Amino acid sequence: MSGGRKAAAGVNSVLGGARSALSSPLDRRSFLRCALVSGAALSIGDLARSQTAMPSWIGPPKQDESRFTVEAKFYQKLQTKKIKCKLCPRECTVGDRERGYCGVRENHGGTYYTLVHSRVCTAHIDPIEKKPLFHYLPGTLAFSLATAGCNVNCKFCQNWDISQVRPEQVPADYAPPKLIADLAKQHGCPTIAYTYSEPVIFSEYLMDTADAGHETGIRSVVVSNGYMQEEALKTAYGKMDAVKIDLKAFSESYYKDVVVGELKPVLEALVTLRTMGKWTEIVYLVVPTLNDSDSEFSNLARWIKTNLGLDVPLHFSQFHPEYLLKNLPITPVPTLERAKAIADAEGLHYVYIGNVPGHPAENTYCPKCRRMLVERVGLTAKQILIRKGGCPFCGQPIPGIWHA
Amino acid sequence: MYWHGDTSRRDFLKSCLTGAAILRASGRLPLLEATEAGTAAGTSRVVIARDAMLRGRGAGLDSARVQNMLDHSMQALLDGDHPIEPWKRLVHPPEKVGLKVNVLGGRGLSSNLQLVEAICERLQEAGIRASDIVIWDRDSDELGHAGFHISTTGNRVQCFGTDRVGYEEELVSHGNVASRLSRILTRSCDLFINVPVLKDHDGAGITAALKNMYGAIHNPNKYHLNACNPYIADVNMLPMIRTKMCLTICDATTAAYEGGPGYKPQYEWRYNALIVSQDPVALDYIGWQIIEHKRAEKGLPTLEANRRAPRYIATAADAQHRLGTDDPKRIALLEV
Repeated sequence: MSGGRKAAAGVNSVLGGARSALSSPLDRRSFLRCALVSGAALSIGDLARSQTAMPSWIGPPKQDESRFTVEAKFYQKLQTKKIKCKLCPRECTVGDRERGYCGVRENHGGTYYTLVHSRVCTAHIDPIEKKPLFHYLPGTLAFSLATAGCNVNCKFCQNWDISQVRPEQVPADYAPPKLIADLAKQHGCPTIAYTYSEPVIFSEYLMDTADAGHETGIRSVVVSNGYMQEEALKTAYGKMDAVKIDLKAFSESYYKDVVVGELKPVLEALVTLRTMGKWTEIVYLVVPTLNDSDSEFSNLARWIKTNLGLDVPLHFSQFHPEYLLKNLPITPVPTLERAKAIADAEGLHYVYIGNVPGHPAENTYCPKCRRMLVERVGLTAKQILIRKGGCPFCGQPIPGIWHA
Repeated sequence: MYWHGDTSRRDFLKSCLTGAAILRASGRLPLLEATEAGTAAGTSRVVIARDAMLRGRGAGLDSARVQNMLDHSMQALLDGDHPIEPWKRLVHPPEKVGLKVNVLGGRGLSSNLQLVEAICERLQEAGIRASDIVIWDRDSDELGHAGFHISTTGNRVQCFGTDRVGYEEELVSHGNVASRLSRILTRSCDLFINVPVLKDHDGAGITAALKNMYGAIHNPNKYHLNACNPYIADVNMLPMIRTKMCLTICDATTAAYEGGPGYKPQYEWRYNALIVSQDPVALDYIGWQIIEHKRAEKGLPTLEANRRAPRYIATAADAQHRLGTDDPKRIALLEV
């Protein structure tokens, strides 16, 4: 689950046409005024999708692809105009005029291009808790965005209608990095979040936008599957102020069958993020019958303890039927509680239950004196008692980024 | 070999089959097994029509010769003493007929305009209205680059890409595949004729009839792992693809024996042929043999040696798919 519930398409979804998750609804006029002040020409009309297949109803004209097309980073040129992508462990070898697995990077005559730079198909203002990031600027807002595409194909993806498509198949707006940084600032968002689909595949845009944000004091966080090669991870996520990794399961077979990916590179990515000193939180989406065994929970918790330490927040999140797993039930809350109990027993300090609004395991407790330090209800941080990065009651340091 | 109007179809076929046996004996098609009897029950007929003079003196195709080649192959495949007869068996007005072409290779290696025009002419002579014929592939720009004129209105043959109308919202799935289908396939065609190009493919091994269906789904890039196996077979099992595909006319006028699917002129060859069948698996099997034969001639290793044998063909023929046959003993190969 990347960044929370299903994202509605279109940049104008920032405007409050969306759901209760929004904390700052804006009318369309205000949004457009912001966009124009930033010097960008948004074509909101281009967002209209064709609603019919009848030949007499031909859809809207194609967008100018060239403004989204930028030479990719992280690839190697081969003979006969082929390239080898070095962004993720798939290492797609891509022939001329072909695309990689992600569908958003294309070889033209031996040069590899991203097709989604500044090509935002979804943008929202979300509470940071929605990512979920619980130890990072609680109670603040994140200007959250995505392009189309993904480098895996999770059967439970709740954003498959933007992650499992090619960019030309979804309406998008041209939103260059500086525009995003300006919009974040104007809407009181101290953070830009790259989320919903899979930010690995829009790394070039992510990096440029993070740079633009940092120039104006806006931070960046990423919500990612972590399925990335080391050099790309260090370069791209090195610009992030916090990272949330979706660790889909603790078995290679699940990664192969349900995710169409691999576990090992993701574990390596987590270790790399730790050595980089990057604030990281982990979400484990618990899917009934597929990755919900006690042994898997134990192995996971033990691995985290050994390789990442006791202070990495681990969120066990409730699955909801979606995409290709509509036949499975919602994760029972007792299953989530069992997972948490196993992780707690291993000694992990910050184990949460996600997607169950009102559950006490959404709160942050001091691992030493057990007093509640951050009270959350759903996506809202109602009470934040952490002082100077620690527990105000016993003085225990509470790791995280608590203040801007 | 040309059709002579005063020769019955039966005599014509007899001469073709005898010709096939002669070709085999002469070793011209060492990888192919031609039948010596008529098409027995349980066999799939694959017809190869060739014309060494297809281009005359120039590089372009001679439209009249393309028409002849098409007629010969269709009459051999579907029976008929007159060129229109097989088409009247295939299509029935007021059906809407799609032509799924392949234009990824641009002008150099795409379904030929003259072939498509010849097909459209025969369809109309069989009673299909021009406006009920739609030539399509994934993208309108790619169609244009391959020489097709985009047409979406009027009483003429339609031609446009799925980018103009989009994909169905609902996913359809089979096996390891879950995709959204082109709305051209689902809403503009009662049936369609598959018009692929015979090419080497650096992932799947070859691309011909079955892989051409990747152009009908929204997410083909997700299905290139493991040499596209079992994905190609699973895509062809999607109900509307399986039920609406009535015929494959594979354009092998210019084919590619290496470096596909993109166009690389150094690997093209003028095979000057059409390969026609109602069994896409058998057609792909034959196409594979043709490419292997050319590769051997050029001193290239087999696709198996290159670790990209088209295993999807056997998968498409297996008990779980039964999309056709890849058993040479059950393929009736006719050369006309």
